Amino acid sequence: MIHGVKQDHSRFRNIVKGKIKEDLKKYVTHGELIARKGKNHVSVPMPQIEIPQFRFGQKQQGGVGHGNGKAGDPVGAGDPQEGEGKAGEQEGQHSLEVDLTLEELAEILGEQLELPKIEPRGSKTIRSQTDRYTGIASNGPESLKHFRRTYKEALKRQIATGTYDADNPIIIPTRKDRKYRSWKSDVRQENSAVIIYMMDVSGSMGDEQKEIVRTEAFWIDTWLRSQYKGIETRYIIHDATAREVDEDTFFKTRESGGTLISSAYKLCEKMIQMDYAPADWNIYPFHFSDGDNWSGEDTRLCLDILNKSLLPTSNVFCYGQVESRYGSGQFFKDLLETYGKDHERVILSKIENKEGILGSIKDFLGKGK
Amino acid sequence: MDTSLPDELREARDAIRKYAADFGLDFFDVIFEMVDYDEMNSLAALEGFPVRYPHWRFGMSYDQLSKGYEWGLQKIYEMVINTNPSYAYLLKSNPLVDQKMVMAHVYGHVDFFKNNFWFSRTNRKMLDSMANHSVRIRRYMDEYGQEVVESFIDQCLSIENLIDPHLPFQEKGVDQKKLETEQQQEAQVGKIRVDRPYMESFINPKEFLDEQKKRFDEKRKESKKIPPEPQKDVLQFLLQYAPLESWQSDVLSIVREEAYYFVPQRQTKIMNEGWASYWHSKIMTQKALRDSEIIDFAHNHAGTLVMQPGRVNPYKIGIELFRDIEDRWNRGAFGKEFEECQDNEEKVRWDKKLGKGREKIFQIRRVDNDITFIDNYITPEFVERFKLYTYEFNRRTNQFEIAERDFKKVKEKLLGQLTNMGQPFIMVTDGNFENRGELLLWHHHQGVDLDLRWAKETLASVSKIWGRPVNLQTEIENQKKLLVYSKGEFSEKAI
Repeated sequence: MIHGVKQDHSRFRNIVKGKIKEDLKKYVTHGELIARKGKNHVSVPMPQIEIPQFRFGQKQQGGVGHGNGKAGDPVGAGDPQEGEGKAGEQEGQHSLEVDLTLEELAEILGEQLELPKIEPRGSKTIRSQTDRYTGIASNGPESLKHFRRTYKEALKRQIATGTYDADNPIIIPTRKDRKYRSWKSDVRQENSAVIIYMMDVSGSMGDEQKEIVRTEAFWIDTWLRSQYKGIETRYIIHDATAREVDEDTFFKTRESGGTLISSAYKLCEKMIQMDYAPADWNIYPFHFSDGDNWSGEDTRLCLDILNKSLLPTSNVFCYGQVESRYGSGQFFKDLLETYGKDHERVILSKIENKEGILGSIKDFLGKGK
Repeated sequence: MDTSLPDELREARDAIRKYAADFGLDFFDVIFEMVDYDEMNSLAALEGFPVRYPHWRFGMSYDQLSKGYEWGLQKIYEMVINTNPSYAYLLKSNPLVDQKMVMAHVYGHVDFFKNNFWFSRTNRKMLDSMANHSVRIRRYMDEYGQEVVESFIDQCLSIENLIDPHLPFQEKGVDQKKLETEQQQEAQVGKIRVDRPYMESFINPKEFLDEQKKRFDEKRKESKKIPPEPQKDVLQFLLQYAPLESWQSDVLSIVREEAYYFVPQRQTKIMNEGWASYWHSKIMTQKALRDSEIIDFAHNHAGTLVMQPGRVNPYKIGIELFRDIEDRWNRGAFGKEFEECQDNEEKVRWDKKLGKGREKIFQIRRVDNDITFIDNYITPEFVERFKLYTYEFNRRTNQFEIAERDFKKVKEKLLGQLTNMGQPFIMVTDGNFENRGELLLWHHHQGVDLDLRWAKETLASVSKIWGRPVNLQTEIENQKKLLVYSKGEFSEKAI
């Protein structure tokens, strides 16, 4: 009955991917640009193409809303929410966004990529228990009585036994009908983890490469945060020398000059020695680069640091190589030669373009370590 | 695919149809079809019509709807299209109580389609027309290439909102009459009447006549302007005057026809949803509900009417306003005497036992649209009860803020948003601007500026259809401006 829409759909997907109709591409809002809202929420815009039309500038227009509040209180007019949408209701005025909690996002990511839960290392696992009142039980203290559930239960019983009188709908719960809120114990790993991001910011890493790293880092963060209670992130950038920076700088800096990867590894090594005792911490060093290193000698030095100190202390060491026009990609080959494909602690991944991000995340996190 | 109703639902439908008819609803035949969620999303993406011409935007809708469904964010409960007979789709996986509610809701909609004045000129055979459009456009795509045709559709869609919602209700042939009087005038060319023929050369000397003729010609040139008066239906103007190939004309006329078809639904969103919700609630709670279903029904019903902070839900405003009107006309709480009453207590208790409520809302559903509905019937008490406010953008804090709760302001803003279906007034004023064959559009500025970025992109689309430079006269931050799109470049000048 409805064949056409599937073709329309694949056509839309192709436009979004930029395969056809280049002229429309400028109207595409991309799904990868994730906006953090507050502490625990993100909004994920769905890919969307808007056909330009004459319309009002939103800022002058204002509108009518409802609710409490006095003049001057902010309203969330910028965030349209589709509730239970009905056909033909899409006004096409705003970009469509999905609001999710980070937890939900991690869950979706885990499902999509079939990521295994992470097993924290060794015997140092401490579990902590928090109780959350999300369950329902038939026994409990009166102070936790759940009125609605109790009422519903009583109503069900009365209807089932035929004692419910629609004209005189008095519901009397008996002992058996009573429902209480109860807790579920949430066992979480008390272990803390640290992610140390290292990125090559030498001249050959362009904006597109950094965008890829940024997106990938966001998803890695999201997943690991769902797995550990406390997570710290540290950022190191390097060209021929390495330094620690904050998150913002990490993604924005662009240097020129040569590349000594060992400089970053040294700094990372030092960081671990100073702040993160391997006995207490799960350690995740991620290194992103385009694979160019200054010399074979420096590469040997890198391997040395890896073998001696980084690998023994880390859960896994992840190296992601972002394709760039200028990079030789040699470093990936060197690592592959040394450690092979299935090394226990070393995960290598190549990220060719934006579409490759998900695959690469699966490479990194798919082992459950 | 078997879309027929199972026995259980057929019984439910027959019962609900009878309840609806007993309440006085008057509807076309409704054909219910059972579909799964994927089919529902597909149909919704195609705006209810199973056969549409190929276009990526339907695919985009589908993408969003199915993702929304998979992520558990939204679910389409019902869909009904305005045709005779009407088609409505039921989601297979819904429990019986939901299906009953949807059916009752659908009968409300179909009654509205059939009886509301603003729907009276819609094409009730649109199912066939849409299929026909699809065939024609597919044929053009075979002949000229999908890319070419689709890009042209994109350009047409860019201006599909530039139509005249009142056009279907206008008498035709006014222009013809005007033309005739003009021709009569021409015969006289400003001669002064002379009773004695020998005086002719004195009273109307040649120089005088020449000058009169010149003046007349200028005037005529002015009035021969195309269009003679600003024309709101820009699509029609382009169909008449743009240098289009025949397939392009046909595509543009298809886009225009479909745009007009959907106009009444946009003009009556609040009323239509309010009316359907009013009736599903009435039919369910008074007739169709079984005791065991009451909680599930209440939950769903509340779900459709929920007001999120900061947003106004048309379902909610619609149903509450209908209920409010019914109550007021039952009590006789309207009119001069009531409005002049200063005592609030008395106004609340006011009851003349008039009992005209039901009759009144049936009358409203026949004659009103959202604008007149809000304009005539919203009251200060209503605005207060539902805590409505206006909001505005504060440049200093860079956010939208609550501005006013004053009844007049709220009403004004609501009406403003509904006027011209929330679209800016854009008209064609000259098809030969500056005598260079350029198109001049005029934005009738009513306090809110256009979004400049979109305006420019839209001009580019129009220019591709018009084939020559396109100008837009508008106002930006209290400054009259002319936006020009010419040969791939934008320019902007103050006027």
